[in-house]
Amino acid sequence: MSQMNMVQAINDALRLEMQRDPRVVILGEDVGKVGGVFRVTAGLFDEFGDDRVIDTPLSEGGIIGAAVGMALYGMVPVPEIQFSDFIFPAYDQIVSELAKYRYRSGGEYPCNMVIRTPVGGGIRGGHYHSQHPESLFIHVAGLKVVCPSNPYDAKGLLLASIRDPDPVLFFEPKRIYRAAKGDVPEGDYTVPLSQAAISREGSDVTVLTYGAMLYECLDAAERVAEQGVQAEVIDLRTLWPVDIDTIVASVKKTGRLVVVHEAPKTGGFAGELISLVCEKAFYHLQAAPVRVTGFDTPFPYTLEMEYLPLSHRIVPALLGVMKG
Amino acid sequence: MLREDGTLAPEYDPQLSTDEVLRIYRQMVQTRIIDERLVTLQRQGRIGFHIGSLGEEAAIIGSAYAMREEDWLFPCYREFGAALLRGLPLQRYIDNMFGNANDPVKGRQMPDHYTCREAHWGSVSSPIGTQMTQAVGFAWAAKIEKKQLATLVYFGDGSTSSNEFHNAMNFAGVFRTPCVFFCRNNGWAISVPVERQTASQTFAEKGIAYGVPGVRVDGNDLFAVVGVTRRAAERCLAGEGPTLIEALTYRMGGHSTSDDPNRYRAADEVKPWVERDPIERVRRYLELAGAWDGDREEALREAVDQEFREAVKLAESTPAPELSTLFDDVYRDLPWHLAEQRQELLAGPRAPKAH
Repeated sequence: MSQMNMVQAINDALRLEMQRDPRVVILGEDVGKVGGVFRVTAGLFDEFGDDRVIDTPLSEGGIIGAAVGMALYGMVPVPEIQFSDFIFPAYDQIVSELAKYRYRSGGEYPCNMVIRTPVGGGIRGGHYHSQHPESLFIHVAGLKVVCPSNPYDAKGLLLASIRDPDPVLFFEPKRIYRAAKGDVPEGDYTVPLSQAAISREGSDVTVLTYGAMLYECLDAAERVAEQGVQAEVIDLRTLWPVDIDTIVASVKKTGRLVVVHEAPKTGGFAGELISLVCEKAFYHLQAAPVRVTGFDTPFPYTLEMEYLPLSHRIVPALLGVMKG
Repeated sequence: MLREDGTLAPEYDPQLSTDEVLRIYRQMVQTRIIDERLVTLQRQGRIGFHIGSLGEEAAIIGSAYAMREEDWLFPCYREFGAALLRGLPLQRYIDNMFGNANDPVKGRQMPDHYTCREAHWGSVSSPIGTQMTQAVGFAWAAKIEKKQLATLVYFGDGSTSSNEFHNAMNFAGVFRTPCVFFCRNNGWAISVPVERQTASQTFAEKGIAYGVPGVRVDGNDLFAVVGVTRRAAERCLAGEGPTLIEALTYRMGGHSTSDDPNRYRAADEVKPWVERDPIERVRRYLELAGAWDGDREEALREAVDQEFREAVKLAESTPAPELSTLFDDVYRDLPWHLAEQRQELLAGPRAPKAH
């Protein structure tokens, strides 16, 4: 065990897997000599060389299109998109190609590949360094979507994702890249996909969240505990396919549901989660489910802390749903 | 190289043996006949769609012939003749046209959108140009693993306007990936002529900006296509990097069965291209070489027809894929939500229209 932050844990996972599996290659903008703008790939260029840690031209569409070709060949590319806000030039390759190859080829061409990309706000990045676009990928058949909240999970989930036979979008919450620290085993281990974690047990209300907002939810849970409300906070970890059993079991126990995410409200993942709960546990609900999310505006710069669904907005939602 | 009278300009001769030319010629004729028959089947309402290669057979089949078995081809969507040459079984192709239970992709894709890994053939998709960066990535992976192979990627003149063309050429140029870019300049992107795709004089010259050599070739000259493509493939294997080939040809038919070219081009524009028909040119060559005659032509046509009729008969009498196959291969293993939706489909009412 050693203390690591998210950046170190992800770096450790990449190094381990590149040592274990010669098919794994990293490609992206600035991932080589400089080790990525967040230093997530630091040191890997020196250890594995230019053929396996590749600085590419500045083109997300080219990175993902070429990575798909590498995956078709039988390599396991782990491309980095520098900020998830810049993933859209590659959206056609992800949606029309990567996600569909196994299906459209009757299984002849699976694409084993993980796209790593930092997400989320709270770093004073404005529109184009802050978004949380997971729902645009959850909506696409054939993709898996992961978003860890701590170093232990980040390493274990990344190793599981790289070994997973299907394409995975791996969203790294950059606000807690260095802030989230914890014990991380040095060797090989995986955290299975599609298994949520109950981060805080409680009996009164279920809170579903992921990524950086986990800590806001935990803070809010402590604050409402002072008023006698016990919130059960679930860190989804894998967003899709989501761990439906853990969610439903919790809501059946608590009878109340609050979903928290940074992404805008309309068409966001919270809507899907609430629909699933209504389909599977409607008669256990004692109050209307509530969403605490980003607003349906572009992500703002100066007022970003007002935009984000931080603890101060989660507390009234938790208290409100208790009255319902 | 191959003059219109069927004789060869000797200085560029790629030294194809008569047997080789016969093999390619047969594939060209088969492709032409199947094209015509598939259009008829579509007009009869028996298949939904076909996208043909009328007039482009030398470019398509000659380029595929120039690549070695161990190389990989990434199709656009108009190259079924090349796939057949590479070993796509005719029955498998026709099963795809009908989207039946024997179609390895289980009727998930529309006609002419097939896959054939054993032929080292990619998977056809409709979005323009997406196969180009993939062909670069595939070749790049082979280069990293120090495997001696090249990829060839097909695309049309319209695709050169796509971001994918730029990305693919740029990545291939920078990393010197062993990739042959084969542009079928057939004059048209559905209804839009080449003048609306580019202000460049040629498509071949676009390679210059990427550090990729560009070659323009008469795409209706089988010998020239084979020679130029072989040279490009040799450059790949020698570590000299990619080549952009512009094959100048002409789309003598519509874009697809859904298109009516009379709405945007005059019939007499096609005329000169009828005289340059790539199949006629090779036949004249073979006749001059004493390797072909009317009897052999008739026997070939009959054999192609017969094989096609049998394939259609079997494909048409094969049922639609099982309902549950709708949910296979989205992921390797069936996740809970697809298991639920499969159950919902199987237990629910059937759609009113027959499959």
